Amino acid sequence: MIEFWNSLHPLLQAVIKGLAVIGVMFPFGGACSLIERKISAAMQGRPGPNRAIPFWFAWVPVIGPFLQRLGVFHLMADGGKMFFKEDPVPGHVNKFYFYLAPVVGMIPALTTVTVVPFGAYLNEAGQLVPLVLANLDVGILAVFAVSSLGVYSLILAGWSSNSKYPFLGGIRASAQLISYELSMTLSVLPVFLWVNAPGGEGTLSLFHVVGAQDGAWFGLWMPLCAIIFLVALFAETNRLPFDMAEGEADLVGGFHTEYGAMKWGLFFVAEYSHMLIGSGVFVLLFLGGWNPLPWVPLSDVAAWLHLADQPLLLGLLSIGIFLGKTLFFIFLFMWVRWTVPRFRYDQVMKLGWQKLLPLALGNLIFYAILIAWLQPKFSH
Amino acid sequence: MPYVVERKPLTLSERLYFPQILAGMRVTLKHLFAPNVTMEYPEQRPAIPVGYRGVPTLVKDPHGREKCVSCQLCEFVCPPKAIRITPGEIPADQADRAHVEKAPKEFEIDMLRCIYCGLCQEVCPEEAIFLQNQYSLTGYTRAEMVNDKARLYELGGTLPDRHFKWDKKKSAAEARGHAAH
Repeated sequence: MIEFWNSLHPLLQAVIKGLAVIGVMFPFGGACSLIERKISAAMQGRPGPNRAIPFWFAWVPVIGPFLQRLGVFHLMADGGKMFFKEDPVPGHVNKFYFYLAPVVGMIPALTTVTVVPFGAYLNEAGQLVPLVLANLDVGILAVFAVSSLGVYSLILAGWSSNSKYPFLGGIRASAQLISYELSMTLSVLPVFLWVNAPGGEGTLSLFHVVGAQDGAWFGLWMPLCAIIFLVALFAETNRLPFDMAEGEADLVGGFHTEYGAMKWGLFFVAEYSHMLIGSGVFVLLFLGGWNPLPWVPLSDVAAWLHLADQPLLLGLLSIGIFLGKTLFFIFLFMWVRWTVPRFRYDQVMKLGWQKLLPLALGNLIFYAILIAWLQPKFSH
Repeated sequence: MPYVVERKPLTLSERLYFPQILAGMRVTLKHLFAPNVTMEYPEQRPAIPVGYRGVPTLVKDPHGREKCVSCQLCEFVCPPKAIRITPGEIPADQADRAHVEKAPKEFEIDMLRCIYCGLCQEVCPEEAIFLQNQYSLTGYTRAEMVNDKARLYELGGTLPDRHFKWDKKKSAAEARGHAAH
């Protein structure tokens, strides 16, 4: 199978990979919105969406009603509605940028997926090979660089809508994203300081970061980095308590107030993709990626389960472990959403610039010194 | 009198913020696994408490006789003027009600006007009109939302009667008649 894949034309490979990204991220975005509705409902003590069912599926015993209670068909109903409903474009918008904004939002969201490794398997030589669409050596840099392009979508949407609330939402979103970008980037530096030991080959690849976590996970001995990264991640993805950009109470819908139908849906898929990718990157950086437990790397598990010579099964196992951790973070996003109320805008700015940024800087200096002191002992 | 609410200075754990968030997350997690507090309406119906004021209806006495005597007190008392009564004579074929003075020929309650205040039930000297348990009333047209006499009796059914006022009146009148003779 792998031989067949390698024999394909690179262009064909790229097209298939591209379609795979779209084919995976869109349903994931939809599924996340359903999970969000279900979890929100459970936390508020109500059953959540549980009505929609195609009439022919209602005849299937047990499974039909079970899936109905789970609300699975609401997902399809919502998706179908989004595709087929009227797509209103208000008369006062700047049409070109108005149409452009959701697209600009989707592109970074779908592009960053390609550089995030989501699993690994052992090749014949017994080496771990990452499952990733584009194994770039700049890994994390590519993620940061491309995902921050997403802010253009919010600015464009807010500005081209040509009305007050979307404009305010766009401004807030861009200010917030730029503020937290700094602390986010600073908080991952200690990780890469450790991974790029002097004398070794320099790399920013996320795959190598996971490789460096065969023993202790970075989250265990760099908890402050992890926390700063997580807080910045909440801000970057515009999730509560940082959802300044939407803020239903004060800004109607924020930057997507004037949007409807699938254009609005694209914003949401982009938001959930950002959440997924952010969670994935967090898991890769601080929670050992596809290593099931601290000090228990994937290769050990492969040896116990005799999966070393079965790349397909091992690959699926590693994807399962990685996805499990990532989905926990998706849950965490929703969990926090129903726990912490929204910050005020000035509080967000204060937290970003006066608390998180100095903390990230101090943290960087502390770990730089610690790593300089520790690394010679480990390399010997 | 205005008074000043004293704001306590934040404790260390409050200023660190994270312990507070974790405490909050414990609460929300508890709610995640707590049983639902909502009722799935069309399948599950709420228990109607005694004295509930639902849709006003006309009731019959245990003998299946019409109780309303068309006195029109409810029509007069009705604050939104939802009730319209056309008084009429007792039908000739109801011999056992011949001593009752009147009966409604037509009785209409416009449910688009009704405010469920229950004054009609309160004012009725015959205990003929009751706000019962039905709370869900829908229709496609305005005309559908006007309950006529037949519909009101259908909704109302029969309620137990403690007095049988007109039976007593009749027997009293008969006793008086016997005494006079």
